[in-house]
Amino acid sequence: MEGNPNNEIPNTKMKNALLNYTLSLADNASVMSHRLGEWCGHGPVLEQDIALTNISLDDIGQARSLYQYAAEQLNNMPTTEKTNLFSDMMLNAKIAAGENLDEDDLAYLRDAWDYRSLLLVEQPNKDWAYTIARSFYYDAFMQLFYKGLQNSKDDRLKGIAEKSLKEVTYHLRWSSEWIIRLGDGTDESHQKIQTAINDLWMYTGEMFKMTDTDKAMAVAGIGVDLAGLHKDWLNNIKNIFTQATLQLPTDIWMQDGGKEGHHSEHLGYILADMQFLQRTYPGLDW
Amino acid sequence: MTSFEQHFEDKINNEVNIEPRDWMPDDYRKTNIRQISQHAHSEIVGMLPEGNWITRAPSLRRKAILLAKVQDEAGHGLYLYSAAETLGITRDEMIEQLHTGKAKYSSIFNYPTTSWADMGAIGWLVDGAAIMNQVALCRTSYGPYARAMVRICKEESFHQRQGFEILLSLVRGNATQKKMAQDALNRWWWPSLMMFGPNDDNSPHSAQSLHWRIKRFSNDELRQKFVDAATEQAKVLGLAIPDPALKWNEERGHYDFGEIDWEEFWNVVKGNGPCNKERLDTRRKAWEDGEWVREAAMAYVEKRKNRSQKAA
Ligand SMILES: [Fe+2]
Ligand SMILES: [Fe+2]
Repeated sequence: MEGNPNNEIPNTKMKNALLNYTLSLADNASVMSHRLGEWCGHGPVLEQDIALTNISLDDIGQARSLYQYAAEQLNNMPTTEKTNLFSDMMLNAKIAAGENLDEDDLAYLRDAWDYRSLLLVEQPNKDWAYTIARSFYYDAFMQLFYKGLQNSKDDRLKGIAEKSLKEVTYHLRWSSEWIIRLGDGTDESHQKIQTAINDLWMYTGEMFKMTDTDKAMAVAGIGVDLAGLHKDWLNNIKNIFTQATLQLPTDIWMQDGGKEGHHSEHLGYILADMQFLQRTYPGLDW
Repeated sequence: MTSFEQHFEDKINNEVNIEPRDWMPDDYRKTNIRQISQHAHSEIVGMLPEGNWITRAPSLRRKAILLAKVQDEAGHGLYLYSAAETLGITRDEMIEQLHTGKAKYSSIFNYPTTSWADMGAIGWLVDGAAIMNQVALCRTSYGPYARAMVRICKEESFHQRQGFEILLSLVRGNATQKKMAQDALNRWWWPSLMMFGPNDDNSPHSAQSLHWRIKRFSNDELRQKFVDAATEQAKVLGLAIPDPALKWNEERGHYDFGEIDWEEFWNVVKGNGPCNKERLDTRRKAWEDGEWVREAAMAYVEKRKNRSQKAA
């Protein structure tokens, strides 16, 4: 059907959806890795410093594979189709000049409104309890998500899912163990982790919310039916909370928007840090 | 000399390792505890200046490499604390000594990392200088220390390589990047030379440590080796070492180099370096903030033990 003008609009739509989908996954992994990396050298005990860095390294590896794939998708698009995809002037100049993009262009040259990551992952580390709660919610979701993505009709996403599932299974074990340890540890730790899981609960709904991109990808057999993961996710969470003697948060309004570029105030600072060198000394190799 | 002492001396003289359960003179034990714990603290405090750039690394690849590098240093700290623990001191006691200022760590980490090029300079020079020391220590007389060093040395060459590679990318870049690299070399060169410690005639512990084979080479020998190697590497980078006295000496077969600013050296050792306070405060804060976490982990283990005892 190549070249059939009637197919061009749905084709472009599908291409954009796949690109958004890939970027959204990449952004999640990158922002999560960034947050965990902030702990490096500041952990409560050396062994945990090392564990966090391991997870951060896995995440950055996932982010790189996904950004590389997104860059390839972009490089295969005709210039006309990608001139207005992003808002960043430096990025658009590269696109207009017909330059090939790479993983770093996508991580370092998009501003927050073009980032499609979840609100959850950009939440600050605050303390060990918040860090653990954030990881736990995210890991429990990603484990189910990658399991589903293993059946993707898109070979690249399928491959990334297979590799990442092993990693995220370990991440989930680590964060689950910490939830239990803190919940069933001292009174102080119990209180701290209960507060953290309550406070971050409002960012968990977004993980299961189907945007137009999610819907298009699920229908095409490329993406995962996110809403369908919720039941299993909740059961897994409940199971760990029970072991941890923690209460499941209820009746909390769910925040969303990250997947469509509406972020909290935190992402801007993450990107200011992350993109500082690329912005100050543009266009160089490092 | 008692027969214990005689036996110990024989082992030292015959290049046989001393092991945790062997008899050893008190001073030998103390010297090893001091040196190994100081070494461990250096690995841990050393995570901070490089950790300072993890979130600002200029590419995902560099970020991943830097993360892995700093993580290695945490691992080194672990190996070394474990080695020191075999001498009858706990990790918590050692950390306490670090936090009260009783134990020292390498002064090099009291300098600030103000640009990305510092990640290159630290890997190349600071890890490079550390390697000189550590390769020698693979044959130190205390077994657990020597074995920790063998593991550590395997990872250190990656550290130096990644640093050198960062600088190589910079000197192959534009004028600003070259300037960044030269600026980093200017700031890190002399502190790196100081890493080998005082001159031999001013080094209080050296003679005994050499006799006991805790040390294998003198401070000045290692420093000379480092200058010789780094000078050649600087040529590859096309960077200028900030020492007008640096000159090849045909007769000695070594580079001559200028006098270290010993006033600065002792000043930083005494706590007056640009970041001494900040580094220690950061370590203390991490430890204090983590206290409830460590307590929770211990309480949880206790609860589990009690429960399984009841069940049995
Ligand atoms: Fe090290
Ligand atoms: Fe190192």
